[in-house]
Amino acid sequence: MTTTHAPDEGFTPIRAKAAPRPGTWISAVIVAALALGLIWFLVTNPVLEWGTVTTYLLDVKVVQGVGWTLLLTVLSMILGTVVALTAAIMRRSENPVLRGVSWAYIFVFRGIPVYTQLVFWGLFTVIVPKIVIGVPFGPELLSFSTRDLLTAFWAAVIGLGLNEGAYLAEIIRSGLNSVDRGQTEASKALGMSNGTILRRIIVPQAMRVIVPPLGNETIGMLKTTSLVLAVPFTLDLTFATNGIANKLFTPIPLLIVAALWYLAITSVLMVGQHYLERYFGRGFDARTPARAGGGGGRGGRSRQAAVNSAGTTPQDPLPEVEL
Amino acid sequence: MSQNPETPENPVGAASPVVIQVEGVHKTFGDLHVLKGCDLTVRSGEVAVLVGPSGSGKSTLLRCINQLEEPTAGRVLVDGVVQGYRAEPLPDGRWQKLRPVEIAAQRSRIGMVFQRFHLFPHLTALANVMEAPVQVRGLPRAAAEAKARELLERVGLGDRADHYPSELSGGQQQRVAIARALAMDPELMLFDEPTSALDPELVSEVLGVLKDLAADGMTMVVVTHEMGFAREVADRVVFMDEGRILESGTAEQVIDHPRSERLKGFLASVL
Repeated sequence: MTTTHAPDEGFTPIRAKAAPRPGTWISAVIVAALALGLIWFLVTNPVLEWGTVTTYLLDVKVVQGVGWTLLLTVLSMILGTVVALTAAIMRRSENPVLRGVSWAYIFVFRGIPVYTQLVFWGLFTVIVPKIVIGVPFGPELLSFSTRDLLTAFWAAVIGLGLNEGAYLAEIIRSGLNSVDRGQTEASKALGMSNGTILRRIIVPQAMRVIVPPLGNETIGMLKTTSLVLAVPFTLDLTFATNGIANKLFTPIPLLIVAALWYLAITSVLMVGQHYLERYFGRGFDARTPARAGGGGGRGGRSRQAAVNSAGTTPQDPLPEVEL
Repeated sequence: MSQNPETPENPVGAASPVVIQVEGVHKTFGDLHVLKGCDLTVRSGEVAVLVGPSGSGKSTLLRCINQLEEPTAGRVLVDGVVQGYRAEPLPDGRWQKLRPVEIAAQRSRIGMVFQRFHLFPHLTALANVMEAPVQVRGLPRAAAEAKARELLERVGLGDRADHYPSELSGGQQQRVAIARALAMDPELMLFDEPTSALDPELVSEVLGVLKDLAADGMTMVVVTHEMGFAREVADRVVFMDEGRILESGTAEQVIDHPRSERLKGFLASVL
């Protein structure tokens, strides 16, 4: 409903009626009917055994599985990001060896199925039973057995992380390339070193481009952790629900349990992504509030609004949400 | 290092020391010969304005001074120090390039302002100005902030310190960019068409800051199309065309009494 403006503003807003769109209405009705039918099917179908679902949703094994799955996701994403940032920076290097190694890493780890890689990391202790630190062809200084170090959990983290790093490297590289060349020039002209430019100027701006696909990858990783039985690591959510299902001979309700948990975690991750995007969008996205301080921390709706308010009005009437 | 060449035209006075000395600089980009042997001497406190048609090599020459471009031949000295290379050639006649850190140190003494501002969009105006003093000079944050506020005040933006660049007009952004360059206490300032990206009504606020700087005795090289500014502020106007410096002298000599047909044609098109 339009609110009429005060008459002293000298105009009456147009009272508009929307144009008829029968095609849209008909398709909306069909889609709604299909959606209702699907919900009806989910609720009433006895095979889904909603009773079993609610019984096992908060089962100790399941909740522990959620914990392990989260831990795997977080650790392998951290490892992947660190590896990817290194690979992306190496890829930008002028040195052909650094560029080549980075390219080869991406080629190999992106090109082999993650399942195969996980099996490989599971067998790593067989392939490399002992790691020796010492002078090449000289005396050994330190040696340890990989079996003690590389438990199934860490093999899973390394396998997932290195695979992920190859994908993230490309995402981070395109993010770094997305930052305007003028930023580097301006930083150079101020006498900044290449490291400082990267750390203070390029990466913070690249994050704006990197975070949305990084969020996607994190959600992808959450689900990829269900493959860790290839290592074999046997405590994650999918393995836990499968174990219960095999015991009860009721696979379907426990698949639903797993699905609900994956959806729940995804929702939480999406909230996190939202806040990250807002943080790294500061200064770009006019909705982000200006930093609190002398300016009083106000934000504008658009760039032009921001400019206008910066020039004239002392306070922006729009309420804002602080991060 | 030869350091004190005789310059016949020296409006500021022979007493003031040479700050920038460009000697026989050529620059090629592939087959493109952009600079064809440029010589330029700028003395302390002098304001040199580079004018010329687009593509004449003005910006490239400017960028050679702070090593955003590497000259293909010739050399650039700032305060008598060769830029980008060791002072003396190696025994085999080659010149030893400086390490990136050393080049960064040389650049940090030269302020530069770009046509398209290139403010850091993720930082507020204040943080833009503080960034280099803190990160490059290692100045404590409190001292850097005090200095940055003072500089923003100086360019008339004391009340915009906490705004992001996207919340500022073009003229305001360019003034923040000038404050950012000044924060490093540069010995000289380079301006690469500082008003070309601005709406006409915002040009004067930026030129005003440039005039104030010139009045304070800053050594400046300005690439611009603003002939009025050149006439008013320049100690020397340098006309470039097709990679060469064709004429150089006071504004009166160059703008009011052009000798070459090229310059006459150029002036006819911009005035």
